[in-house]
Amino acid sequence: MNHAITLTVNGVVREASVPARRLLSDCLRHDLGLTGTHVGCEHGVCGACTVLLDGEPVRSCLTFAVTADGHEITTVEGLAGDDGLSPVQRAFTECHGLQCGFCTPGFLCTVTAFLRETPAPTEEEVLEAVSGNLCRCTGYQNIIKAVHRAAEIQAEEAR
Amino acid sequence: MTTKLFGEPVQRREDERLITGRGRYLDDLGANALAAAFVRSPHAHARIREIDVSGALDVEGLVAIYTWEDLPGLLAEPLPLLIPHPALTHGRTGHALARDVVRHVGEPVVMVVAADRYLAEDACALIEVDYEILKPVVGVEEAAQAVNLVHEDVPGNIGAHLVQEVPSASGQSAREAIEAAPHTLAFRLDIERSASMPLEGKGVYARWDSDDQSLRVYSSTQTSTSVRMAIAAKLGLPLPKVEVIAPDVGGGFGVKIVHPWPEEVLVPWAARQLGREIKWTEDRREHFISSSHERAQVHYVRVGFDDAGRVLGLDVNILHDHGAYTPYGIIVPIITSTQLVGPYKLGAYRVEFSSIYTNTVQVTPYRGAGRPQAVFCMERTMDRIAAHLGLDRTEVRAANFIQPDEFPFDQGMTFQDGRPLIYDSGDYPESLRMLKEIIGWDSFPAMKAEAAAEGRIIGIGIGCYVEGTGVGPYEGGHVQITSDGRVHVSTGLTSQGQGHETVFAQIAATELGVPIEKVSVVTGDTRRFGYAVGTFASRAAVMSGNAIALACRKVREKALRVAADALEADPRDLEITDGVVHVAGAPSASIPLATVAVLSNPLRYSFDQETQRATQFASPAPADRPPVAEGEEPGMEGKDYYSPVRSTFASGMHAAIVETDPLTAEIRILRYAVVHDCGKLINPMIVEGQIHGGVGQGVGGALYEKMVYDEHGQLLNASFMDFLMPYATEVPRIETAHLETPSPLNPLGVKGAGEAGVIPVSAVIAAAIEDAEGITIDKMPISPPELWELRRSR
Amino acid sequence: MKPPPFDYHRPASLGEALDALAEAGGHGKVLAGGQSLIPLLNMRLAAPGHLVDINRLTELDTIAADASGVRVGALARHAAVERSASAKAAQPLLAQALRLVAHPVIRNRGTVVGSLVHADPSAEMPAVLALLGGSVRLARRGAEREVAATDFFVGPLESALLPGELAVSAFFPALPGRSGTAFCEVARRHGDYAMAGVAAAVTLDEDFRIAAAKVACVSVGPVPVVVDVSQVCGTRPVASVDWDAVAGAVQDTIEPEDDIHATAEYRRHLTGVLVTRALREAAHDAAQDAARAAGEGQA
Repeated sequence: MNHAITLTVNGVVREASVPARRLLSDCLRHDLGLTGTHVGCEHGVCGACTVLLDGEPVRSCLTFAVTADGHEITTVEGLAGDDGLSPVQRAFTECHGLQCGFCTPGFLCTVTAFLRETPAPTEEEVLEAVSGNLCRCTGYQNIIKAVHRAAEIQAEEAR
Repeated sequence: MTTKLFGEPVQRREDERLITGRGRYLDDLGANALAAAFVRSPHAHARIREIDVSGALDVEGLVAIYTWEDLPGLLAEPLPLLIPHPALTHGRTGHALARDVVRHVGEPVVMVVAADRYLAEDACALIEVDYEILKPVVGVEEAAQAVNLVHEDVPGNIGAHLVQEVPSASGQSAREAIEAAPHTLAFRLDIERSASMPLEGKGVYARWDSDDQSLRVYSSTQTSTSVRMAIAAKLGLPLPKVEVIAPDVGGGFGVKIVHPWPEEVLVPWAARQLGREIKWTEDRREHFISSSHERAQVHYVRVGFDDAGRVLGLDVNILHDHGAYTPYGIIVPIITSTQLVGPYKLGAYRVEFSSIYTNTVQVTPYRGAGRPQAVFCMERTMDRIAAHLGLDRTEVRAANFIQPDEFPFDQGMTFQDGRPLIYDSGDYPESLRMLKEIIGWDSFPAMKAEAAAEGRIIGIGIGCYVEGTGVGPYEGGHVQITSDGRVHVSTGLTSQGQGHETVFAQIAATELGVPIEKVSVVTGDTRRFGYAVGTFASRAAVMSGNAIALACRKVREKALRVAADALEADPRDLEITDGVVHVAGAPSASIPLATVAVLSNPLRYSFDQETQRATQFASPAPADRPPVAEGEEPGMEGKDYYSPVRSTFASGMHAAIVETDPLTAEIRILRYAVVHDCGKLINPMIVEGQIHGGVGQGVGGALYEKMVYDEHGQLLNASFMDFLMPYATEVPRIETAHLETPSPLNPLGVKGAGEAGVIPVSAVIAAAIEDAEGITIDKMPISPPELWELRRSR
Repeated sequence: MKPPPFDYHRPASLGEALDALAEAGGHGKVLAGGQSLIPLLNMRLAAPGHLVDINRLTELDTIAADASGVRVGALARHAAVERSASAKAAQPLLAQALRLVAHPVIRNRGTVVGSLVHADPSAEMPAVLALLGGSVRLARRGAEREVAATDFFVGPLESALLPGELAVSAFFPALPGRSGTAFCEVARRHGDYAMAGVAAAVTLDEDFRIAAAKVACVSVGPVPVVVDVSQVCGTRPVASVDWDAVAGAVQDTIEPEDDIHATAEYRRHLTGVLVTRALREAAHDAAQDAARAAGEGQA
């Protein structure tokens, strides 16, 4: 049996009809065509599928689409503003914080929420913030650098 | 604005789409495709008695169920053995769907096609396979005893056996040299099983066009051209009717160079059979139990050396666990055998390996491909020699180094590409000097004493390697300048996240003198380039990079020729800057490359103002010669191939300082330093990223990752919960320095960089722990419980 | 890795939820944060016929703290409890333990009560509840019962929750004055389940001697192993406690097993190390608490 759900994704109201067992990750990717959210493990460890649910980063592979009914979701496709790439996105490019790019959407969503809460993070805070996301390419060094750089860009632009 | 982009840290051109969610990975394609899923063997070794699919037939959305008996012709035959070798006397490969016997947990038995993956998995769960359990063979040493056999017709479970001998200058064999040496040591070294484990699993999406009788296949592969040939062969299709495209690939690290995976032939076959688009996206569980592993080897080492620590003879016997099948031949143990000698000039060398079947997932190259094991052997040997003689570990290495004036240096063996193992260039003493300075090697004893006074345990380790990169046989590049001034570059080699679109554009922009914004690069698409080998063995920059440079040079030469005609100048006086051809020193006499492209293609029809200049009445060719001159071709394009005489040898040295907890035996890396020589750097930012990533994987291999099989052949940690890939919290900051000894073998002077980072890490960490603890470390990876156990049994 | 099908219920009130669970009986399962349940479903290691999604029941999204302790509602996420100043003031061990639960993103979604019901002996929350002698309130249609931690954790991944019941809240009692707590663990990777971990609570007497000391150990038995070490510590200042004896007493009580990440012997050893470490930290914390109380008394 399918359930009619309504999600506000990246500011746009979207409707879908999904079986109860449809994972939010699959709903976003296959029902709504937002394939920017990636699926790396489907048991909540890798973090590639991280999206923002009412502003908080969550694993979309560990959330049913029906549970998200009526809520707001931000995916990687929604991070850039009208004025272009977000500071986090720009910092990841600038610092070479991605290689194959598969884990990147999860990092970008996680870091976006983190810097909103913690605009001037310490090294330790940055490590803790990204400690639940696996990357097999970068060795993380440039990701850490990118988080600090994003904080810097945000601060510069807030001035 | 400069067009000299070679060597600059140019930001990546692939990033914009990847950070905005517009990448196109395999599962992002084929929104309307049916989904495939597989029933896989739950047993390590069993005979299939019966397959009962009746329970699944009522599943809503079910489209088809296939077993081996449904497969026609060549599809029913074993999968290809990709790299035969005379020593691989008993090579064996699996079937696309298991026939009679399954030989590892995860082997595909039944293929299900359904409306979506949820339903396909529902159907899989309802299919019953009756197995007769056979005795599993697990563990390379158990397998070598051959109490039970993996393949009935492979005696001793031995797939291959190879001996390579390099006698000393005086003709002494390694064993003789060891006997005669003033000092000898013998020991055993172990490395456990790990895997590439890209964040994106494999995946195949196929669509059959029945009107056109053609097949298009997308695969998350490291070699689209070869997948194409395999599919055409297995399905009996004419090659021109098959297109294979590697879309954005979410990491590979070796596992995706193997082909055709069962799914790569089954999905296209079923798509054609059903006349429907079909997609298979591997999930993580499947990846663990059905995609290749690597690393597991046991090494018995005997070494003889003199008072200065110079190795007079080295004799290594390797047991290589290659799992249930050998689709990729014996490349891994060959690489271990040949790269073991590292940056050293050994007196005499003998290496022997036996490649052994076990009822586990097959073993094929994972980043480093046998080298981490090789370096672990050689570097642990160097450390043992130093300990035995009471010498500094770096002194022993220096005493054995090949010197900068000794290149080319012939190691006297045959490398993995079937070519002689001759090092082209390098400067090992300088590397060591740089590394010691960065890590503070000479001041470490004081630091260690200071730490000890505080009750802390720290240690330092070092590891050196030489890596044969850029193996042949060839890669090609195609470059076309169109009448809008854009430059279109393609190479058949695929990409898996290394930034090829950027570095190849840098090369083309530099060679052609055009702004990089004008250059676009396509990789791994057989519609654009049909001849290629693939991305592996740190070969993309060397192979495709040089091929593209050569193709650009052809185009450039033609452009200058055409421009010279138009400008009535001597081509030798022309330069290209910012996409404009001009006379050197007379910038007013110029013509844009776009116009040159127009002029290069005599037209009957034109579609815009620009191309009107090339039409027959606007620009008539001299009456006495054809519009396209003899030996010329229309258009501003060029294609060329780079096929090296042999590999080029990159090198590097790493050092680490570790701290171990006196109570819990936790191991922390305090510092990690890398000196790396990959010849000329095309993009230092990208090379640095490759090193970081490699070291990160190396740390995983040294301290966290191993595949744990039980005695029944069940993989006990087939999840990211239990296969411990490092997070950001586990990887140290990496300090890097570059040394550039250009390769004399290729026009760009480059060497490969992709695998380097991972190679010496286990050796380095083992050495550092050994130094900290005063306990011999001869097995990696090592965990706190294992270190604690070693302490107890000291 | 896709979950098997199930019937989905999304009650709008606690009553509706209990009705749904009552009807589902043994085939029903509650979905709160889903951070433990959904992986099991995706791997098809669990296949409940009915899933009762309580995410709409805002009445269960509560954190109520007072001098007696903290009552956490079934829908309170780990992150919310971790950040709650009042919860921290009433029972600091909660935040000390929560920062060790998986990763921040998991804590955004996972619930404290869900962790308790999952009853993983390697998890932090059950150990905290067990150490503090807390309880879980279980509701069923028309009835409610409060089950003490000792009775709640029955075995590995097994709690006293009966079919038809919903764990609506858990109560984490506060400690008396002059008390301190700590949670120490060692995991293979940051955020992994611990190879061993110890929650500790220490109460000091007026003379800053140990009046009570207790630990709860994770990953070394089928349920969190609580050991009262007051006797072994003795009524003496922290500096003169025989820590080896204390560690030994705990090591004698636990029943660790081998697994792929650590041997039983190592877990036993590690538990000993962590017992000492956690108790000392807790005692230090208690001393500060006592000093603070003394300061306030003077003021």
